[in-house]
Amino acid sequence: MTRITDLPAESIMLPGNRACAGCGIGIALRQITSALDGKLVLVNPASCLTVLGGMYPTASVAVPWLNIAFPSTAASASGVAAGLRAMGRADEMTVLAMAGDGGTADIGIQALSGAAERNEDMIYLCYDNEAYMNTGTQRSGSTPQGARTTTTWSGKKENPKDVPAIMEAHNVGYVASTSAAYPTDVYDKVAKARGLSGLRYIHMNTPCPSGWSFDPKDTVRLGRLAVDAGLVVLYEVQDGEFHLTGRSAALAKSGLKATVAEYVATQGRFRGMSPETIAEIQAWVDKRWAGFLKREAGE
Amino acid sequence: MTGQSSKGNHVSVTGTATVMTGNEAAATAAKLARVQVVAAYPITPQSPVVEQISAWVESGELPAEFVAVESEHSALSVCIGASTVGARTFTATSSNGLAYMTEQVWWAAGARLPIVMCIANRAMAAPWNVLNDQQDSMSVRDAGWVQLYCRDNQEILDTTIQAFRLAEELSVPVMVCYDGFLLSHTVMPVELPAPEAVDTFLPPRTDGLQVIDPTDPRNVGPVVMADPRPDADGVMRPGYMEFRAMHQAAIVSALEAVPRIDGEFGEHVGRTWGGLVWEQDLDDADVVLVAAGSITTQLALVAEQLRQEGMRVGVLGIRCYRPFPAAALADRLAGRSLVIVFDKAMSYGYEGPICADLKAALYGQSDVPAVFGTISGLGGRDTSPEDLADTTRRAVADHAAGIRTRPTEWVNLKMTGGAR
Ligand SMILES: Cc1ncc(C[n+]2csc(CCOP(=O)(O)OP(=O)(O)O)c2C)c(N)n1
Ligand code: SF4
Ligand SMILES: [Mg+2]
Repeated sequence: MTRITDLPAESIMLPGNRACAGCGIGIALRQITSALDGKLVLVNPASCLTVLGGMYPTASVAVPWLNIAFPSTAASASGVAAGLRAMGRADEMTVLAMAGDGGTADIGIQALSGAAERNEDMIYLCYDNEAYMNTGTQRSGSTPQGARTTTTWSGKKENPKDVPAIMEAHNVGYVASTSAAYPTDVYDKVAKARGLSGLRYIHMNTPCPSGWSFDPKDTVRLGRLAVDAGLVVLYEVQDGEFHLTGRSAALAKSGLKATVAEYVATQGRFRGMSPETIAEIQAWVDKRWAGFLKREAGE
Repeated sequence: MTGQSSKGNHVSVTGTATVMTGNEAAATAAKLARVQVVAAYPITPQSPVVEQISAWVESGELPAEFVAVESEHSALSVCIGASTVGARTFTATSSNGLAYMTEQVWWAAGARLPIVMCIANRAMAAPWNVLNDQQDSMSVRDAGWVQLYCRDNQEILDTTIQAFRLAEELSVPVMVCYDGFLLSHTVMPVELPAPEAVDTFLPPRTDGLQVIDPTDPRNVGPVVMADPRPDADGVMRPGYMEFRAMHQAAIVSALEAVPRIDGEFGEHVGRTWGGLVWEQDLDDADVVLVAAGSITTQLALVAEQLRQEGMRVGVLGIRCYRPFPAAALADRLAGRSLVIVFDKAMSYGYEGPICADLKAALYGQSDVPAVFGTISGLGGRDTSPEDLADTTRRAVADHAAGIRTRPTEWVNLKMTGGAR
């Protein structure tokens, strides 16, 4: 496992971008582009990532970057991969499709499912900030229960979709769950995915100070708290073999270090959540975590 | 074998005579054009195009990538991705398939990608109807693609090959439209051009407004503001409206490029198609029938028949509908008494799209003829030459009675009133 001090010192991110202060995307994008050694084409639908990327005629990241329509990420990336093969250029770069949770779990899931079934040669990375942030924090299929958004004013009633599980059901060779708050975990998973072929899916929890309503200085702290509470679990599934990684692997031995109540207390989006809802979510987390522990034990 | 097309101006000495459907002609054209990436999704009546191309790719007869996508939206998305990195790309669809990919129809155009797409024209649902009219492609006429309409299967083959030259020269996508079933599933004699002739006419793609290269990283298609902005070196770069104006200029330049490329195709392959518009018996015509697609073949027969009845009728066929050949039409129609437009689509709440465009093209000209609009053949409604002749006779009689404007006539409508 790469240590934080081993991460490349040079960054492909240029100084300054249009994301909010404390945005989790920027922290992770640095590791993602480094893990691919700058040899990538980033395929990006409408999202906060588009805004981060720059506004014509300036750009904030020195990689080839292709903007594409919101629902089309995995299909457009399939086309890039097919085009590079047809042109004899496939070895020049990794195709990295990078979309938000809305672009992945909701409007883009059909194209993603098609690309996964065809096992297209790309890394598909979903940065999950748990709502449609670019359009003003509306609920997505990935918004957690209880979160207030501008379309769930009294808190979302449903649990989020489990997109990594959906991708596992497509039998792709590599599925991983990570968090922008653990740069080395992100780096290692992208670096590993780079060495594989076919469709590789990485789901990355990505704290969002503006949409979740917390102080920008706390991005990493809250991302880590979500892992400690078992709301976000770091793992990978390679050719069907499941492993917890990093902090989640440690928590499997020590037990979870935080509760849902502690986590929701840190963010404005959960304000006023009833004890009943907190208990409901805690029960959901406990059950899910127990399932992960069983998988880790090989049961 | 030596062959000569019914409408060709030259004799080819290298082509091969055969028979094929319109769909086979479209697929064959893509193969002769040496397409590198094809992505398509089946829909009646386009499906045989997808099936044929996938078979050729599987057998190795066509060395290309075929991506069997899960929807039309993804079909055009794949073409967009592949075309951006430099591959020659092709797709085909019909009706709801075209509607489903509409977002990407706009994207491909705005991104200035030289994608060629065949449309086997079919009625739009609801209600379901798999038969022909031209509502599908007409509904996306504003999206910034060149739109070419074909009369027969030979023209489908030749036009699709020409479309790649046009698209790559202008950096705009091109739609080649042909009537579903009437052409897509009808077997006709077609002369296959020699592959070497196509290769010299259509060399490998060299355009490339987009750069995808890690050694020269660029952000392709980012947010563009309303006004021009300076780049990092202080040089002003276009705003959204400037890009749209450039796009308009590129599309309009097809008014010059379509006939020129048609002519060059003639030099290499031995056939030309009239460029923007084609005509029959127009020089002395007093009454002109205007349409696009296979209905014009019927109108040519109708004109011949009506001439025997003593009417001076000619036909003006629209081959290039976008850009609209307004000047060519105004020039050829000035001084006539009456123009009858046969639209196979409707702009609901107004009139047929070709009719409306033609009237606008004539506005402010001198010696403007009366223009009567008609709608026919919707959802495959059979329209016989006799129906078209009757419509023409009625229009001519109305005109003789002093009528200069009329509401749109729905040709061969068999029931009216009652239902809502
Ligand atoms: C077809 C279409 N529908 C809606 C939109 C508007 N839209 C742009 S980004 C976005 C939300 C993006 O959410 P997500 O994918 O989670 O990314 P985030 O903004 O949260 O980073 C929406 C709804 C669009 N661009 N295209
Ligand atoms: S809204 Fe959230 S995800 Fe979007 S740029 Fe701001 S902090 Fe980042
Ligand atoms: Mg989001």
